[in-house]
Amino acid sequence: MKNFFAGKWGIVVVGLAIGVLAPLLQFWGNPGNMGVCVACFERDMAGALGLHRADVVQYMRPEIIGFVLGSLFAALAARDFRPRAGSAPLVRFLLGVFAMIGALIFLGCPWRALLRLAGGDGNAIAGILGLVAGIWLGTRFLRAGFTLGRSQKTPAVAGLLLPLLMVLFLGLMLIYPQVENEPASGVLFYSLKGPGAQHAPLLLSLAAGLAIGALAQRSRFCTMGAFRDLLLFRQIHLLTGVLALVAAAFVVNLALGQFHPGVEGQPVAHTAQVWNFLGMVLAGLAFALAGGCPGRQLFMAGEGDGDAGVFVLGMIVGAAFAHNFGLASSPKGLGPHGLEAWVVGMVFCLGIGLFMRNRTQGA
Amino acid sequence: MAEIIDARGLSCPQPVLDALAAMNRLGSGSLEVLVDTEASKENVSRAAASKGWAVQVQDSAPGEYRLILSK
Repeated sequence: MKNFFAGKWGIVVVGLAIGVLAPLLQFWGNPGNMGVCVACFERDMAGALGLHRADVVQYMRPEIIGFVLGSLFAALAARDFRPRAGSAPLVRFLLGVFAMIGALIFLGCPWRALLRLAGGDGNAIAGILGLVAGIWLGTRFLRAGFTLGRSQKTPAVAGLLLPLLMVLFLGLMLIYPQVENEPASGVLFYSLKGPGAQHAPLLLSLAAGLAIGALAQRSRFCTMGAFRDLLLFRQIHLLTGVLALVAAAFVVNLALGQFHPGVEGQPVAHTAQVWNFLGMVLAGLAFALAGGCPGRQLFMAGEGDGDAGVFVLGMIVGAAFAHNFGLASSPKGLGPHGLEAWVVGMVFCLGIGLFMRNRTQGA
Repeated sequence: MAEIIDARGLSCPQPVLDALAAMNRLGSGSLEVLVDTEASKENVSRAAASKGWAVQVQDSAPGEYRLILSK
């Protein structure tokens, strides 16, 4: 069966669709330049579960749930659900932890870096340059034979675990819905102020997440892969999707009055450019070594990749570390222990890149 | 007998890297690449086509593909 979305125009259509939906989600209530941010939203989910107690970033984001389940449904419909796992799970978990720490030093995943740019936030430029630099480092390791090894086929139930976890999270939201002016409902925390208190209506968030999840699963949309393939193979296939996303988000932001060019006072952003850059170097390197941006990891987890699921859980736990130990940045700048965490993360990622070499064939 | 690259279980970009390395080494002729995800199938096919290699896809086992590259 020919897959339109994996073709030249398919990826552009998907980029345009995400670029339209993300600013709309912001218009419907999500935080500034954060219509969709996988890192920020997983951080908010960690908060909703009480894994950290930063009371401004606690909300069970339905977009993330939708990403995984939309991907699952699309994969099942296209007979593309491939339960698999077993490729260096602990390494992937820790790559997820440090990817999140890097992203929270910058304040956003690659998707949000693009959306911040499309919203006029000049601080995003340093972040995107850092992302590309980190991915470039990753391609050096790939060229030198870096591998996390093969996964194995597993029974379907193992590939369904992360989607089922997302169903559980959605169930918790329905059993313990947000109560006005209450910081918690049952086992879930809900921010009363800050980015965690800003969110689109549940059904709109979930529907947009499902649509994006399905489209991205079919097209293999990946922001890290876009730059990696350019650097590694001189291929622009995925990059055309990313450029379409930025262009569409820019136009929709203009139309909705959400385009505010500048550097100072941008929403959920800081102006410490060195750390915008370095944070994303760490995140970009971790994504490159793990084989996908945080969005792509969610979509792969939806299509049965248990290793991608481990990376997702690593990111959620990494967010808890980031806020419990003062590693995350804030609009004021670098967190009190951001520097130490960045150094540990870089040592870990560079060490993994250098020492995980076990190529059985090929280059 | 064509060279066979077993890229099953490897995640992208490794199947592409391995296939490209083999294409560069061989220059021309034929080459088989075994993959087990749709994404790998598409990515290896796209890379091979960009290097001027013809791609033929066979379903070799449930959920697996044998890509026959030739130039």
